[in-house]
Order: sequence, then structure tokens, then C-alpha cells
Amino acid sequence: MTARTTPANEPAAPGRRTFLDRLWKALGILAALEAVAVVAAYLAPRKEGGGGGTGTVVAGPVAEFTPASVRPFPAGRFYLVRLADGGFLALSSKCTHLGCTVPWNEKEKTFPCPCHASTFDMRGDVLSPPAPRALDLFPVVIEAGIVKVDTARRIERARFEPGQVAYL
Amino acid sequence: MAAGDPRAGQGAAPEAGRRPSGFSNLVLHLHPRVVPADSLRLSRTFGLGGASLVLFLLLAATGSLLLVAYEPSPERAYGTVAALVDEVPFGAFVRNAHHWAANGLVLVTFLHLLRVFYRGGHLAPRRGNWLVGIALLLLVVASAFTGYLLPWDQLAYWAVTISTGMLEYVPLVGGALLRAARGGPDIGPTTLARFFVLHVAILPVALLLLLAFHFWLVRKVGGVVLPEGVGDAASPRGPLVPTSPGLTRREGVAALVVLAAVLLLAAVADAPLLAQANPGMSPNPAKAPWYFMGVQELLVHVHPLFAAVVVPALALLLLAALPSLGRGARTTGRWFESPRGARLALGSGVAGALLAAGAILANEPLRRAPPWLPRLAPAIRGGLLPVLAAGVVVAAVTLLARRRGATRLEAIQAAFTFAVAAFAVLTVTGVLFRGQGMALAWPWTARAGEIP
Repeated sequence: MTARTTPANEPAAPGRRTFLDRLWKALGILAALEAVAVVAAYLAPRKEGGGGGTGTVVAGPVAEFTPASVRPFPAGRFYLVRLADGGFLALSSKCTHLGCTVPWNEKEKTFPCPCHASTFDMRGDVLSPPAPRALDLFPVVIEAGIVKVDTARRIERARFEPGQVAYL
Repeated sequence: MAAGDPRAGQGAAPEAGRRPSGFSNLVLHLHPRVVPADSLRLSRTFGLGGASLVLFLLLAATGSLLLVAYEPSPERAYGTVAALVDEVPFGAFVRNAHHWAANGLVLVTFLHLLRVFYRGGHLAPRRGNWLVGIALLLLVVASAFTGYLLPWDQLAYWAVTISTGMLEYVPLVGGALLRAARGGPDIGPTTLARFFVLHVAILPVALLLLLAFHFWLVRKVGGVVLPEGVGDAASPRGPLVPTSPGLTRREGVAALVVLAAVLLLAAVADAPLLAQANPGMSPNPAKAPWYFMGVQELLVHVHPLFAAVVVPALALLLLAALPSLGRGARTTGRWFESPRGARLALGSGVAGALLAAGAILANEPLRRAPPWLPRLAPAIRGGLLPVLAAGVVVAAVTLLARRRGATRLEAIQAAFTFAVAAFAVLTVTGVLFRGQGMALAWPWTARAGEIP
């Protein structure tokens, strides 16, 4: 029986069968990819849903900040730094190593991270590793003598450069 | 006692005098009707796999109770846990039991892995089950870690911040991975929702399915590894005894011992609950859960790309590849293969621990100093070079063991022991000897600074 059916089927059926088998497999893979894409899109964070970006924070009039001082804005999760030359920097309080919140140490004039002992200077530059880059910045705008910080736009940088400072 | 059964030595399935009850019928689906008498000795397994199962069941039971009291939202989570501890009768006890059972499960599954390895249970024909076991270990750690966030206290918030922060160093997709894990740039309501679903639904179901597969594979292969020469040509596995009561009674006793230990601990030692999570203030020091402290300690010394990504990935790959490294060598089924294997493992374990401790102490003054070779990129200077150096040392341990007459399996064992001991020292240093600002400190002084 097998001797008769096999030769009869061999030219047509295996070709069609292999094709259909491959088609099913391809469709299966496609369906799996679709499922992955749907789940990924469903789980992807929404733009407005993030905890960080809440918009512009009005820090106050320029005269309120003495040169060479650091003031924390815990709600905006940044420090407003006024450098000795009068320029402003808004430093993110999030350590660039693993995201711990860095405190300001007034005595040593540093931001020491409590988690892995990275330290940053007043301009956010790395004084000691393991932090791989300087503290992130938020753009500072000075309008009519009022300092405003845009916490929705986080700027990553390797190190401090003079161009990052906002002047009156 | 069961070995003295006159029918047992014949190697045939002895017919029990009475019909098996419903319960032993169920048990006999998990176990064969008869087991080798030799496999019943405690030192074969120390019951570590069974202890893991008991802890898993205890976690399911206490977890169900906790689920009744808990609400997974940042506003309510901490309050419900605090109320559970303060007001609900036995609330603190149930939570403690869950806490200790979870930490116990991570520890016991790891010890189970060590036991299997040092008895050659990872080699063919058990290779597939070794991989299933590694997957189970990862699921156990993931379960413990997702549970860590749920109380939403300072400990939970910052430990999860640090641990998920490591994802950012994965090349190319790190940022996307980080946001996927947290559901946003920072830990928030979305993170809690994700971790909660993983912890109470997805991971337990995955664990249950994989556990069933794990047990089935153990049964398929004929039980645990037995040393050479327990049997003879007629019955290679030696005399057989009925599973019930020989094995079941022992399992029952072991289960009760584990249960008693956890409940006793839960009665006297409280699970930590710090102040409610405060995104504005990291506690000093902020530490990851203890099973990730080895990695966190490594992060103090080595560039994050290597400490958080390359080294863990390599370690996992090597763990999965351990059976293949043996190139088909057969195990003797004895602890550490042979007395020589045990000596070499002990020696390389001590060497690994001492070298790791020495490296930590030597690097302590160096890591604040200006870097050597400042021209090189930090990832190479602080990452690639130290990791290559560690790789050379491990290779040297293997070669040294070979030159002392070790078999292939014994040499692999020596290198593995060296690495495990070094990792254990990193973990212990991170958990106990890191104080404020992650500076080295004695445990008693570190304890004082832990709660700000």
C-alpha cells in the first residue's frame, strides 16, 4: 500500500505540505511578534504620565540668590546654583550613577551621593567616581529679573562647560 | 530501618499489603513507588530542594493573607502595611513569616544549586534540569525583588531605585529597559502596579509551571545522583525501598523542621519597615536587597557597564555552560568528586575569599585618588582591565588545579568555588561592612547610621 501511495504523492504533496507548514510557522511567528508589540506598546510609559516633568518652576527674583550659593527645590528635584560670577545653573538632584538623590554639603561645598560615594562639585562636575558624568541640567531662563527652571527638559552632559551657565 | 526490609534488597517493586490511600496515590505521582535506599541519606541532598518547595508553599499561604490587607498604590501601600503590622491580629507575624520565608527561599535555592553542582548533578543526563533550575533561581530572585518594593518605605524605594538604575548601563537599550521596568523615568505609581502584578500573578504562576517541569525531570532521570559503587551489576542503584514511608516520612520531618524554623524566626525577628518612601531624600547608606549587594559592592569598584551588565551576564552564561565545560566527563557522584577535589575546592575557596577581601581593602584608598592611566576611557580603565585581570586569575586557578593532578571536573569545580567565594565576600562586605557614604565601617557603627 505504501509502495503505491508514496510515489503518487511525492511530487505534489510534500511541496504543498512543506509550503503550508512554513506558512503556518511564519504566521505563528508573526502573531507572536504582534502580541509582543501590543504588550510593549501597552506597557510603554506615556509622555505625560512620568513623575519627573511637571513643567516650569518659578524659582524667584534674581536678587534672592546670593552668588556662590546653592538652594534646593525638593518639589522640582533640582538645586538652583548661583556661581561666584553670578551665573545660574539648575542641577538635577538625581545622581548620574544609579539615581539616588544627592544632598548638598554646605561645609565641603560638594554634592556627596549617599549610595555609592560619588561626589560632585558646585557646578555638578564629578569629583570622585563611580558617577560616569556630571549632574544633569535643567534649562534656566531669566525673564524680567525672575529665574525660571524648565524641569520637563532634562539635559545630559559629560562635564561642565561655560556655555551651560545662564546669565542675567 | 527501611533498608532492613527483607523485600527491599531484591530490587523489585514490593507490593504493599494494603491499597494506597488517596494521599499516597498523589505522592506516588510525584515519586516512584520505590527509591534507592542510598538516596535516603541526608547528606545526599540535605533536603534543600524540598525545603525550597516548603518555603514556596509557605510564601503562597502567607502571601494570600497579606494580599487581603494590602492596597497597591503609592498613597495607600505604606498605610496598609503599617496598619497590618500595628492593628491586625497576627498581622506582623504573617508579614514576618513571609519576609523570612522569602529571604530563606533565595538562600536555600542557591544552596540547592551548590549542592547539585558539588555532587555532579548538573552533568548529563541532568543537564536540561540544571538549566530549568537556573531559570527557577532567577524567578525566585525576581519574586523577592518585586516584593521588596511593595511596602513603599524608604528601604523599598531606594533599594529598587538603585537596582533598576543598573539597567541604564545596558548598551543601546539601557534607557528603554529602565523606563520599561519603572514605567517611567522614576519609581512611581506605574512601577508599583507593575511590580505588584509580577509579584502576585505572573511570577508565582511561572514558578509553579516550571517547578512541575523541574520535578518531572528529576523523576524521569531516576532521582538524585548516587555515588559510583552503591549497587552491583544486577541492581546498579543498590537496594530499593518503598517510597512510603521511607522517603515520605523523611520529607515530612524535613518540612516540619523548615516550617518551625521560619515561624520561630517570624515570632522573634521583625521584618524591617522604615519611614514612608520619600523621593527627595536617599537614606545614607542606601542599599540594594542583600542578594544584589555583591553587585552593588562591585559597583563601588568597577565601571557600571561591567559591574552591572557584563559581569552578571557572563556569570549567568558560565553558570548555564557549566555542564558543557565538563566535555562529557562522568561524575563520581561523590561530594566534590573525590577527596582531592574537596581539598582543591577548599583551597581555591579560601584563596578567592582572601583575594576579594584584599582587593576591596587595597582599592579603598585608591578609588578616591586620581585615576591611573587617565588617558584611557573610564570603561576600559575601570571596567575592562579589572575584569580581564579577574578572568586571568580564575584561569590561573584552573591551570594550577590541573597541574596538581585534578580531573577536568575538579579543575572546573576549583574555579567555580574561587568565583563563588569571591562573590560571597563582596556580598558580605556590602551588607555588613559598608556604612555612611559607602565607606568601609564595622557592622555596629554602620547600623547606627542606617536609619537617618
